[in-house]
Amino acid sequence: MGVVVGNRVPSVARRVTTLGAGRAAAERAAAERPTTERDVLGAPRGRGDMERVAIIGASMTRFGERDAWVSELLAEAGAAALDDAGIAGDDLDHLYVSNMASGEFEGQTGVPNGLAHDLAATPAYTARIDQTSSSGGAGVYAAWQSVASGASDLTMLVGGEKMTHRTTAEATDVIASLTHPVEYKHGVTLPSFAGLTARLYLDEYDAPRESLGKVAVKNHRNGIDNPHAQFRKEVDLDTVLESPIVAAPLRLYDFCPITDGSAGLVFCPESVAEAYVPADDYAVISGIGGATDTHVVHERADPTTMGGVADSSDAAYEMAGIGPDDVDVAELHDMFTILEFLQSEDLGFFAKGEGWKAVEAGVTDRDGELPINTSGGLKSKGHPLGASGVAQVYEVYKQVTGDAGARQVDADTGLACNVGGFGNCVTTAVLEGPA
Amino acid sequence: MSDRDDLETTDSTAEPAAESDDDPTFAAAEYADGSITYPPHPVGPNGAERVGTVDLRGHEARVVTWTTSTATPPGVREPNTLAIVEFDLGGGNDDRPVRALGQVAVDDDGEPLDVAIGDTVEPVYAEELREPSAGIREPDSQAWDGFRFRPVE
Repeated sequence: MGVVVGNRVPSVARRVTTLGAGRAAAERAAAERPTTERDVLGAPRGRGDMERVAIIGASMTRFGERDAWVSELLAEAGAAALDDAGIAGDDLDHLYVSNMASGEFEGQTGVPNGLAHDLAATPAYTARIDQTSSSGGAGVYAAWQSVASGASDLTMLVGGEKMTHRTTAEATDVIASLTHPVEYKHGVTLPSFAGLTARLYLDEYDAPRESLGKVAVKNHRNGIDNPHAQFRKEVDLDTVLESPIVAAPLRLYDFCPITDGSAGLVFCPESVAEAYVPADDYAVISGIGGATDTHVVHERADPTTMGGVADSSDAAYEMAGIGPDDVDVAELHDMFTILEFLQSEDLGFFAKGEGWKAVEAGVTDRDGELPINTSGGLKSKGHPLGASGVAQVYEVYKQVTGDAGARQVDADTGLACNVGGFGNCVTTAVLEGPA
Repeated sequence: MSDRDDLETTDSTAEPAAESDDDPTFAAAEYADGSITYPPHPVGPNGAERVGTVDLRGHEARVVTWTTSTATPPGVREPNTLAIVEFDLGGGNDDRPVRALGQVAVDDDGEPLDVAIGDTVEPVYAEELREPSAGIREPDSQAWDGFRFRPVE
């Protein structure tokens, strides 16, 4: 049970209050937590006029083939995130849902409003955030913006997608509908872009085909310890390299599965975070950035460079006042194995063309110098489109607050990079744990 | 308009009308700063205004990379070999690369031809690249004809 009981306040009374629901919740929560040492509502803001934003609650459902439909998945994760933050639905000022295609997959639109009703969060402001595969990351950006700007004092983001009731061909087509008409008419799919790019990468940087397979092996190994992951089984390199061709030279195990699932996060100003949760139980978004690259993939000067990754991470690093060397753990968008190489290079972790060497050397293993995808990544955890970027931040939040269980690594600063399209739109977020 | 090119360009920003169904164009756009893109956009990559159209049909291209997809969406041939190619526009246009993505042409048995990185290809017109009504996209919202790439012997 949270610090605020879930009884509905009569709407008349709510309208006359001068405080937003989140502000009022913070005040009530502060009153109930007399041990807090800070003047929680009067603390100075962190960066110029912009409020630093804390994550005070997180949840994710089991990812995989689920009987639940999208609204049920969202409600499951949403209720769990509220519970984790110790709040009730009607404490929320803003409620965002990250979702790419509930209309296309299920014929169900208006999902944020359904969720607000299901969680008794009305009259919270709601919006659905669709940014294709990076809807989750774009949702984190929207939620961060809502709090940093002062528009909301308490925001929840829930990302979710229901996909597995569709055939692989149908789901592939729904996702491919994000492409430009001159791409779509040729039957291009996101896996095809991965195949095109992987072939060029291997050719340009003399990388062995096996190095891509090792990304899959590593992320499957990590996923074993993630109770929410779709696949919790080890695979060996031979299995990866001998699996059926999907988009040459990439094979079945180079690709993430089709997945149902949902994940949630709760955000408030850093200055009031301790009113809700103990000081060692929240993380701060110290940097965040979003960027686009050409919508038409073949128009990029270098197809092996993800400009949106470079640009969004530059912005996130600058805001956080750190560089890539300061990152202790990262969740990358390994929808395809090749994307883990490209992102790890364009985030500045490794030189261009050297990401594959880091994987070969074990640098990105869970016990390596820079663990990547401790959650198992999209590869093993699954990729319910709108949920994935939220679940990435869930993992980083768990890591930097020391709550990742068997997956725990030594990490104060974590990064999540969420990729939409084939790098068409990207968000990067930097999280810092308790000092 | 660039003064270094020797391309035939129209002086209109409108799509060129094909003379007949047998003579469709592979229209790329040229912009005031000399850049060329396929497909055409309202302005160029650096914001320059569009000044003309270049027909890529008569030009050869080099294969930048390729893939063969064995898991294709509804209405798409399977397997589907795709290539990203870079056109050789000749003259002083080496620093104005223009690329396109497209299906690789088929042999007499209807199977996609083999290609490799660096191969020279030429555009070949196809009336229908995929079944327009089989996928999620509204058939009337876009064109479904276009150019495949055939290796040049």
